[in-house]
Amino acid sequence: MDSKIGVYICKGCDIAKSVDVEKLINTAIKDGKVPLCKTHEVLCSHEGIELIKADIGGEGINRVVVAACSNRVFPELFDFGQDILTDRANIREYVVWSHKPNDDDTQMMAEDYIRMSIARMKSSEPAQPYTEETSKTIMVIGGGMTGLTSAKAAADAGYQVVLVEKESQLGGWATKFAKAFPKHAPYQELEDTGYKTLAQAVESHTNIKVHKSATIEKTSGQPGKFAVKLSTGAEFNVGAIVQATGWRPYPAEKLTHLGYGISPNIIANIDMEAMVSNGGIKKPSDGQSIDSIVFIQCAGSRDQEHLPYCSAVCCRVSLKQAKYVREKYPDAKIYIIYKDVRTPAQSELFYAHIQNDDAIFMTKGEIAGVSKASDGKILIDVKETLLGEDIKIKADMVVLATGMVPSTKVDEEPVATEEAPADGQPQDGVTADGKKEAAGAEKGAKILNLTYRQGTDLPTLKYGFPDSHFICFPYETRRTAIYAAGGVRAPMDLSAASDDAYGATLKAIQAVESVARGAAVHPRAGDMSFPELFLQRCTQCKRCTEECPFGALDEDEKGTPLPNPFRCRRCAICLGACPERIISFKNYNVNMISQMIKVIHIPDEFEEKPRILAFICENDALPSVDMAGLKRLQYNAMIRIIPLRCLGSMNIVWVGDALASGFDGVLLIGCKKGDDYQCHFVRGSELADTRMTNVRDKLKQLVLEEERVQIHELAISDYHKIPQIFDDFLATIEGVGPNPYKGM
Amino acid sequence: MADYQPVPDQIRGDILVVGGGISGMTTAIEAAEVGKHSILVEIKPSIGGRVISTNQYFPKLCPPTCGIEINLKRIRLNPFIRIITLAEVLQVSGSPGNYEVQIKLNPRYVNEKCTACGDCATVCEIERDNDLNYGLDKTKAIYLPHLMAYPMRYVIDPQFAKDERMKKCVEACQYKAIELDMQPRTITAKVGAIVWATGWKPYDATKIDNLGFGKYKNIITNVMMERISSQTGPTGGKIVRPSDGKEVKTIGFVQCAGSRDENHLPYCSAVCCLASMKQATYVRTQYPEADIHLFYIDVRSPGRLEDFYVKMQADQKFYFHRGKVAKITETANGNLMLEAENTLTGEVSKVEVDMAVLAVGMVPNTVDAKPPLETTLDPYGFIAGDSDKGVIGAGTAMLPCDVAVSVQQATGAALKAINIAGRR
Repeated sequence: MDSKIGVYICKGCDIAKSVDVEKLINTAIKDGKVPLCKTHEVLCSHEGIELIKADIGGEGINRVVVAACSNRVFPELFDFGQDILTDRANIREYVVWSHKPNDDDTQMMAEDYIRMSIARMKSSEPAQPYTEETSKTIMVIGGGMTGLTSAKAAADAGYQVVLVEKESQLGGWATKFAKAFPKHAPYQELEDTGYKTLAQAVESHTNIKVHKSATIEKTSGQPGKFAVKLSTGAEFNVGAIVQATGWRPYPAEKLTHLGYGISPNIIANIDMEAMVSNGGIKKPSDGQSIDSIVFIQCAGSRDQEHLPYCSAVCCRVSLKQAKYVREKYPDAKIYIIYKDVRTPAQSELFYAHIQNDDAIFMTKGEIAGVSKASDGKILIDVKETLLGEDIKIKADMVVLATGMVPSTKVDEEPVATEEAPADGQPQDGVTADGKKEAAGAEKGAKILNLTYRQGTDLPTLKYGFPDSHFICFPYETRRTAIYAAGGVRAPMDLSAASDDAYGATLKAIQAVESVARGAAVHPRAGDMSFPELFLQRCTQCKRCTEECPFGALDEDEKGTPLPNPFRCRRCAICLGACPERIISFKNYNVNMISQMIKVIHIPDEFEEKPRILAFICENDALPSVDMAGLKRLQYNAMIRIIPLRCLGSMNIVWVGDALASGFDGVLLIGCKKGDDYQCHFVRGSELADTRMTNVRDKLKQLVLEEERVQIHELAISDYHKIPQIFDDFLATIEGVGPNPYKGM
Repeated sequence: MADYQPVPDQIRGDILVVGGGISGMTTAIEAAEVGKHSILVEIKPSIGGRVISTNQYFPKLCPPTCGIEINLKRIRLNPFIRIITLAEVLQVSGSPGNYEVQIKLNPRYVNEKCTACGDCATVCEIERDNDLNYGLDKTKAIYLPHLMAYPMRYVIDPQFAKDERMKKCVEACQYKAIELDMQPRTITAKVGAIVWATGWKPYDATKIDNLGFGKYKNIITNVMMERISSQTGPTGGKIVRPSDGKEVKTIGFVQCAGSRDENHLPYCSAVCCLASMKQATYVRTQYPEADIHLFYIDVRSPGRLEDFYVKMQADQKFYFHRGKVAKITETANGNLMLEAENTLTGEVSKVEVDMAVLAVGMVPNTVDAKPPLETTLDPYGFIAGDSDKGVIGAGTAMLPCDVAVSVQQATGAALKAINIAGRR
């Protein structure tokens, strides 16, 4: 359908008081050549909206430019359905609220934003969702408490579930635990793990197919269309995956400094559970009763030589096991040596309950040595106790509170190589990071056996846990529709794992539903656009396949990308990566931004009106520009802003376009990169920074000063820094002088 | 979507979520993105909850508004979610799968025509205590709750709605958005499941006599510390002493201020250790030479958060003292003497500081406003597990926890609710 653009200019919120609206109409009609331009006193009022609706119905308007406030204000009011494209020319926050009223520069700014918005509407099409027939079946890997909870929750919601368990029975670690922590007030009594009831419910559920003694040989395809092959030969298709493959105890064999191996009476906490489940606590050496026992906390955990992290559950495990001992041996002396007792939330009540037992002696301390006494008992030297003196304890038995290692971690691997997303600056801008990551993934445990170009499994965050890096979005994943849950994601207890299972399962259900209608999942949830690749012009440079943070693109033997639209998260980083400009979205593409740049009016060099183009990430930095407006912070009127889906979607051709069309400087503003990155697409801001190398080369080619292009990090809360960033950059540009290409 | 039209008297939905903080927002939007109709009711004039008044999150030291913005972006255009602010649940009847809920809508005194231009506040002569900043500064009686308010609309503090002076605001508004005679009304919602995510409030520090809060000006609570460290706070983000605006050379963080204490909150509030260490980074950024003292019983930084603790320990002027602060007294110049007792040896250590921050714990709001139906609460007011008879809990209504755990909980609550709503 031919596009027919209507421009609607709002006169409210000081707009008409600050700029000449008649001139803006002129701009839209003369420069923008739009067939229709109207104004309204308050466009967001009922009458204003009706005015636009009437033109959509009566005049056949199918592209709407709303020259008013930011698109973050009342977008629902200006949503006229999927077939009508709407764009805002933000002349409120970006223009009249931040600039001198009735000033030439302010007026020029408003006019440019209207031109840019019209250009944007001229070069975009409504997104047509990409759909195929998809599966809504959820595969749950791991039949422990997390996996069982997940399978049942999904099945109860009406979804078909395939549960894959590598062992011959369901239940995971819970089958080996005698009891679980107290979950109910007064938080003193140990409880049943509940795995039997749950396993039975899963096995008898009509929506669940259980594969036991099975592992995954291959997972190919994409969300909604994963083709899975099991070790048993079974083959099926699923739509989304919950990875609940759990954890294993840190090997006690590595804890020789804590005496493991010198006596059979030094055991790991996990062995203690087995002992209680299989006949009760006895001295392993001779099966005799015990008079004394020592629990050593942080056995391997919180130890840079072993597991630098806290395993989160071991304090509670030892308290629970002390209770086992007390129940069996009312007179036994029980010692717990800890660094800090970590019993969060209501579990503090359980700690208080155990502390009330006078014969349970708990102290902070460091283990100086564990040795065997002549009588066969075990001697524990404890230093740096709270009592201010070193103590020696002689005991019948020692339990090492060993920690949790995620099943996604391969033992021999040094920790450093696993921190794929946190490995700082990539050495070689464009390709190194992707390659490193692919290699890293190959070294990890092969559980999913994905046929992805970027590796067989979920990328891990730190210490081998495929956890989310986002505090607000704990299920964020870099492999669309594959969610980790339970002990594999982070150290957690059974109760937390069960909650985690519900969360991950919800996300899996959301993924299959979204994929079925061609919509993106988080963070661009509901986005119906997707990248189209004009492969005839592809030069097989592989940048897109390497840089996609979500592994959406595979490659054929020649290196030509093989798109998997359902894996795509629509960040457009591929669009930014492609030197051939062959990747486009219907409503976001290289040409669209180039056209927006082209229509900006550049005064000639004699007018002493420099122009700065700012490419700003729309996720965090752009809202902060809005907030600067809301706070009426003032900055120079030489700046023109183009929002990007992610700074990583910046194609450097745009920087060239800007400089060629006479802009004096280009600013790039995005999220924080590095270890604590805030980029919503994980690597976008880092990749943008990497592309600065190419930008500098480009500047050299053009014999332009390096200062003309600057990159900044900005958090959403940094709105107060906006004026300074803009004004300082203007000062820099004025120092460098006008762009020599101006007017050429 | 927000209430851009007056809410009808009768509404329907699959899930009702009570509480529009990070947990409630999460449950509502996660369910909506599955295609379930969610209704989110919030008692305040904007959603966002307590995370809005938090300066940064641990361990990334990133701004909470970043996650709020993404959630707002998800909410704004999702047709399956309805946000109702200034709304209180009065009564619930029915059973899982079929509930009828009476919801009272309190007047905003500002209607849907508001464009947030702020002309009303410019002319407004009345000021009120800013609850967002824990009363540390003022706003006008007609105010925008915060920079990311949703809905983006002004509100009048009800205690001033009848004040004659408000008429000036009415005149200043060119959109006829102010209605001083707006009345409360009650609507009915029919829903299949109810999620209760009403969050927490800080423990009232004045109840901890020995710690001197309320008596000595330079003792503040951790939630106040978030505000004075924030750009949008009363000091524009500058950390200074409340009594005299002096820069801070020594500061003391007092852990377990009320928590893990039989006389106050017997449970652990789970976030305070990391919150204090995070706040120490605020101090360090502004005062590279300041002495920072932290008094603790146990430092609790579970999982990967241990890395944050390890990082803090590398700071040469960040002193960790094991011991519970038993007494705080004022010394010369408004300084404070912290006396801590080693719980095992009884040894007392004393440290003088310019300013003290009490790490007060979390009290569930369900203590005051109990959830309806036969919802079981534990002795501390937290919702005790899922109940087929009562509401589904999410976030800090269930247990003291940080944002990541709240969101984990809240995402799961969406599925629990979907499964219960499916029973009808």
